[in-house]
Amino acid sequence: MPRLTPENVRRAKEIISRYPRPRSALIPLLHLAQEQDGWLTEDAMEDVAELVGVTPAQVIGTASFYEMFKMEPVGRYVINVCTNISCLLLGGETLLQHAEATLGIKPGSTTEDGLFTLEDVECVAACTEAPCLQVNYRYFYRVTNDDFDRILADLRDGDLSRDIPEHGILSRVPQRIPTGKVANITPPEDQRVPVWIERAAPDKAAAGGDEA
Amino acid sequence: MSEAPADIEITDPVTITLDGRQVVVQRGALLIDACERNGVYIPRFCYHPRMRPVGMCRMCLVEVDTGRGASLQPSCMLQCSSDMVVDTQSDKTRKAQEGVLEFLLLNHPLDCPVCDRGGECPLQDQTVGYGPGETRFVDEKRHYEKPIAISRTVLLDRERCILCDRCTRFAKEVAGDPLIDFQDRGSRTQVNTFPNQPFASYFSGNTVQICPVGALTAEPYRFKARPWDLEIVESSCTTCSVGCRVTIQSSRNQVLRCLGVDSDPVNWGWLCDKGRYGVEALNAEGRLGVPLGRGRSVKTDDETALEEVSWAGALRTAADAITSALDRRGPEGVAVIGGARLTNEAQYAWVKLLKGVIGTDNLDAQLGDGIPAEIVLGLPLATIDDACRPGSTTVVVSGDPKEELPILYLRLRHAAVQDGVNLIEIGPKAGGLTPYATVAMHPLPGELADLVRAVVGGGAGGAVAGVDPASIERARSLLADTDGEMTLVVGRRSLSEDTGFTADAVSVLVSAYDKVRILPALRRANVLGALTMGMAPGVLPGRVALAAAPDAYSTRWPALPAGRGLDTTGILTAAAEGRIDTLILLGADPLTDFPDRDLAERALAGARNVIAVDQFVNDSVRLAEVVLPAAGFAECAGTTTNIEGRILKLEQSTTPPGTARPDWMIAAELAAELGSDLGLDSVEQIWKEIAELSPSHVDLTWEMLSDPQNRDGLVARGDPLPGSVRFEAPEPTAHRALDSYSLRLVATRKLYDEGTMVGRCRSCAGLAEETALAMNPHDFERLGVEDGGRVTVSSKRGSTVIEARGEAGVPRNSVALVVNAPNFDVGTLIDANDAVNEVRVEALQSVAGETGSEGGS
Repeated sequence: MPRLTPENVRRAKEIISRYPRPRSALIPLLHLAQEQDGWLTEDAMEDVAELVGVTPAQVIGTASFYEMFKMEPVGRYVINVCTNISCLLLGGETLLQHAEATLGIKPGSTTEDGLFTLEDVECVAACTEAPCLQVNYRYFYRVTNDDFDRILADLRDGDLSRDIPEHGILSRVPQRIPTGKVANITPPEDQRVPVWIERAAPDKAAAGGDEA
Repeated sequence: MSEAPADIEITDPVTITLDGRQVVVQRGALLIDACERNGVYIPRFCYHPRMRPVGMCRMCLVEVDTGRGASLQPSCMLQCSSDMVVDTQSDKTRKAQEGVLEFLLLNHPLDCPVCDRGGECPLQDQTVGYGPGETRFVDEKRHYEKPIAISRTVLLDRERCILCDRCTRFAKEVAGDPLIDFQDRGSRTQVNTFPNQPFASYFSGNTVQICPVGALTAEPYRFKARPWDLEIVESSCTTCSVGCRVTIQSSRNQVLRCLGVDSDPVNWGWLCDKGRYGVEALNAEGRLGVPLGRGRSVKTDDETALEEVSWAGALRTAADAITSALDRRGPEGVAVIGGARLTNEAQYAWVKLLKGVIGTDNLDAQLGDGIPAEIVLGLPLATIDDACRPGSTTVVVSGDPKEELPILYLRLRHAAVQDGVNLIEIGPKAGGLTPYATVAMHPLPGELADLVRAVVGGGAGGAVAGVDPASIERARSLLADTDGEMTLVVGRRSLSEDTGFTADAVSVLVSAYDKVRILPALRRANVLGALTMGMAPGVLPGRVALAAAPDAYSTRWPALPAGRGLDTTGILTAAAEGRIDTLILLGADPLTDFPDRDLAERALAGARNVIAVDQFVNDSVRLAEVVLPAAGFAECAGTTTNIEGRILKLEQSTTPPGTARPDWMIAAELAAELGSDLGLDSVEQIWKEIAELSPSHVDLTWEMLSDPQNRDGLVARGDPLPGSVRFEAPEPTAHRALDSYSLRLVATRKLYDEGTMVGRCRSCAGLAEETALAMNPHDFERLGVEDGGRVTVSSKRGSTVIEARGEAGVPRNSVALVVNAPNFDVGTLIDANDAVNEVRVEALQSVAGETGSEGGS
């Protein structure tokens, strides 16, 4: 199974440098690993553990808490159909049944071609636009069965590939923080004056620091 | 299994109302502890007095009024403050307890009849005591694959787990091995390991002991017994010399398990797995229950195999061997190595036999793998609490305590992590304490004293012994802040390095700081007792120097040695040269444990007669003329001495196999066979004689030791007295300067090895790891070695082919091997008479070529 690529190890180290402590970078690095492989492989989690200085058991303990980190392979597109109260009242359940029938799978499973994973989710905070669904966490509002079929066709044809990258990619443009613009990375125990005072009035902060 | 909070002295009293009565408690103490100290037990699952509270289980909810009206609060998270009103019996409290238990039992399978915990299960007990009596849950319970092995010895039944966080907290907070963690969430939350990475902690067995349900069970004990069928005695573990208090639990004359007892000055309830499962060796195949001998023949070319003989015959053979040695060479012809496994009483009996009857001083309990006895006997001793006193500074000049004395490691780790103790680690290479040490220095073999001089005296400010100047400076400033008061943990750093360097370093520290106390980090069970009882050359019981023997000894003992005898290296050298006629191995296996394999082999071949007293036939015992079977741990009563000089009671739990006898009895029988009466006829009476004769034990009566109040043991006098053995600063040990071809050898220990007992303990055998040649990655290029590549390592004694592995914690210009590993015997490379052992390392060109072509580079 794939480990983090050398390029991603370099990016991981850059991300780590933005935090007071390496282990604070655990979740961003898990996103990086998921971006690389579409899901969290054991090897990648071991790499992350080594990079942030914790054990792999602690990494999997954190990762498995979050639904959006996938512990096994998923399709290129993860479709989340909301069946919480607003969507349910406006046809979410029917939409999910339609999705099951169309894809031929139950929620939690992946189509044989490896393209789609179907999931049944709780509220995704778009109640005004119910019923709604997400494809790789990109929203589609007021979805009818026909809309669903069209979305599926567009995804298959690649017509939506500009808007929706494959699963795991949060953003096609990686975050870059120029040196000097990195937020405070002083460990909390060494932070004598709150950082906003330090930034807003360096003179006062220096004086306050002396008093402290 | 007591988990009561330790008693504390109330320094900041506050009065609270507890169930209607006024009680005075310590301000800031946890309410759950304060209530228990005042006789009110609040039920709990997650809270454990030796770990931080987490408030996970909600079982300890009680109604508390802190001035804002009564409400339910978890008493494990609440600190006592003045005028608190606590009601642990109110209707509200009762309802909360019933509710919490009903919830906990929703997911619990209630398979108590087939659960190992049944009968001693906190969940079972508290359900009976505080539960609702019935459930409203009628659905199918959840199911998991059961059990899953999370390590070699720990099994996990996840459906029984109530998610109290005790095992995971223990792993992270106490052991420092967070290899288990909660996974998933909500109703699917479970404890588990990372796939294919077992919970391989030296302390994993403690999680079984503290699990409040049957989720974690110990594979060695699973389905072996019911708690109500067990006979339980409280004793002390003698696997290493920390002296952890344990309960030995047996059924039908077989020891089935050991559990830790919370002894505040020593082990805090924890045990290492080697100690916990080491009792398995007692019942192992090959355990000796009858004496073995080779008839009456003295060693000839056609050796007969060892066969069963009678005690009378075996003792006669042994006595004849001793008599013939005395006739031929006098007392110097008899030598004894070993004895650290024995009880204090057995040690006294043997010393009385050897020094007082036979008159030889060639006796050493350490196998050339310890430190000079004078360091232990001639300097004031510290306790573990001294070394862990909050805010103090402790210097560790020893091997890795995690590998040698695991519970001492836990205490030191706790001290450094939670109590602000500054650890200055001066080890042979990076080890278990390194991540927690304030300063960790790993000097090159042979340059320890130079480093310590630089730390103490200040120097030019450059690197010394391969240690960077910043670390030296940091250590110096830490020591300068101590007022001279510090604990010095001293042990054997490396088996391939002369102890003269350690003695030199100790003398530098002792003369620079006036209140240095020593905590000996010596590994074998009762080695402190052995040294104190005189099982070292030039020593009589009670740290007394042979040269200054008081009248008591000369009047009460039939004889005394004429002069100072030999230590183990001296004895083996003399035996190899044919100057020892009769060599007695008192639970010793020099072929395996003496650092220099070649010398040990020549010695055993060179001694005319070898007599062994042991529990098993190991490599060395196999060469003996006669083997006397000894009773083991849990099979005889007495006392043992831990590294602090603490005298701890040992209780008998089972009877020895066959006709095996306690060691003191063997000494008395042998004396009788030699025509002398030791005058020793019971353990209690031997102790009485010790307390009369030994200046170190003068105030310690058997009654005091047997008093349940003193179950944590009593510390014998730790300060040298007039007439004690003196520690003198040694002459600096000379060694050759480093040249560009040689590397210095570091030989360190691992907890699990191929030793006599570990190898026979079913749960520990097979845990010994193969050794690779560890070296600093910076040395790879210079030597043309690749990480993972095979190399030839050779000394003047021998050579082997082994895998090289990069390890940043190994000092540059040195290489490290593990002693007693299954794949290679480092002893074949070591010359015990060399101060520093040097080796050469060459990459195997052919193999390097192959990997090169495979890799295509």
